[in-house]
Amino acid sequence: MRQPSVILSTNALHRALARMAHEIAERNEDSQQVVLVGIPRGGLRLTTRLAKLLEEIWEHPVPTGSIDVSMHRDDLEHQPTPEVHSTHLPGDMSGRTVVLADDVLFSGRTVRAALDALHDFGRPRRIQLAVLVDRGHRELPIKADFVGKNLPTSRQERVEVRFKEDQGEDAVYLHRQQSS
Amino acid sequence: MSWNRKHLLDIQSLSPLEILAVLDTAKAFKAVGERAIKKVPALRGKTVVNLFIEPSTRTRISFELAAMRLTADVINFTAEASSLKKGESLKDTARNLEALNADIFIIRHSATGAPHFLSRFLKGSVINAGDGAHEHPTQALLDTFTIREHKGRIEGLNVTILGDILYSRVARSNIWALTKLGAKVTLCGPSTLVPKVFEQMGCTVTYDVDAAIANADVINLLRIQHERQKKAMFPSIGEYSSLFGLSKARFARTKKDVLIMHPGPINRGVEINSEVADCDRSVILEQVTNGLAVRMAVLFLVNGGKGPQEVAH
Repeated sequence: MRQPSVILSTNALHRALARMAHEIAERNEDSQQVVLVGIPRGGLRLTTRLAKLLEEIWEHPVPTGSIDVSMHRDDLEHQPTPEVHSTHLPGDMSGRTVVLADDVLFSGRTVRAALDALHDFGRPRRIQLAVLVDRGHRELPIKADFVGKNLPTSRQERVEVRFKEDQGEDAVYLHRQQSS
Repeated sequence: MSWNRKHLLDIQSLSPLEILAVLDTAKAFKAVGERAIKKVPALRGKTVVNLFIEPSTRTRISFELAAMRLTADVINFTAEASSLKKGESLKDTARNLEALNADIFIIRHSATGAPHFLSRFLKGSVINAGDGAHEHPTQALLDTFTIREHKGRIEGLNVTILGDILYSRVARSNIWALTKLGAKVTLCGPSTLVPKVFEQMGCTVTYDVDAAIANADVINLLRIQHERQKKAMFPSIGEYSSLFGLSKARFARTKKDVLIMHPGPINRGVEINSEVADCDRSVILEQVTNGLAVRMAVLFLVNGGKGPQEVAH
């Protein structure tokens, strides 16, 4: 198997996160209304990182949450039974600006499920999407508002996002197709 | 996630990790039941058949609501008003229902092994909702879920099951689930209803009620299954109640943080004193709530995917 290549080094990842936080701040002047909601598992760490950066920019606490999408997936029969995660949202989402966060954007089906799941918790004023890596191959008309890195990939490749708190380092790798 | 079974037929064949997978999944489904919108689309377009050949209200309603909360369509088939009365066999009944493209069959039957039998020829999933005196897996899962929620663990707990063990599928499924997860299970009741042979399942049998409840972290009370007893197994209800019922006096000698459980329906004044049934250590109604969450989890899991691929983003 070939060595994975580094897509974002630690420094590059930090710059990408900082830029994303500034873009979110720029787009949302009503900062008090913003809630960051991560999609488990990959989106959770991204959510806490972005929240920390936004709190420095806005100088007030930024509420965060998580939304489980496994019960709303449209591909339950084609996949192994997904692990069901817990959903924690800070109150009613009605009238809020929800920034959904996930580590990698691929087919768009996870985001579609997250939009449906969010719908059961009120009617947000708007929903924006933040992803660390957009690797293409969309199967639905879904586009991210904030992107850390656009990365054209082949379907056989795998993107691995690593965060210091969970995997011991801040970096993004691309695993190439296994040679047959 | 350590679940890739198509059916839930019994607890005996489950691994501890599979039991924990159901309990963890049920936790998320319990949260769904507490939302303003208590419904998720996980089983959208699926058809669930409640095939209840033996009378049941609470289990059938629990499964029915669980399926509805997962957006499945539900057909209720009961023995009283069915073709079985007209001489059709169980196999033919099930195959007729399958011809309507049902996806999940929930079966309650008075014969041991009826769900296993159906699972051998039906293309859909089969869930055992109680087969004779054999097993009632979802009851054991919801009991275990309730204990874990209160005590934070199962391992090392003293669980006493008190009452009619011989005729109880709830007892058998609970014994399997609890011993697999490391609890110490004690069985107690009249000797005619609690044969020593149960010790082969890895639990202790005693006929001394006071010893059985003194150190118990959990007391699970079982109803006398009159409908299954073909002869008198004890002299009278009054005698049973005074010798084995959880009276106020006996309750006063239990641990301060004991959990009082009962799968229902309860017979107040027989196996349990009315005030004890309603006291703050009783989790009998929580069991009903948790039963719904556990059954949603089981429906979700048996319906789950069959292909070995990574979940795409």
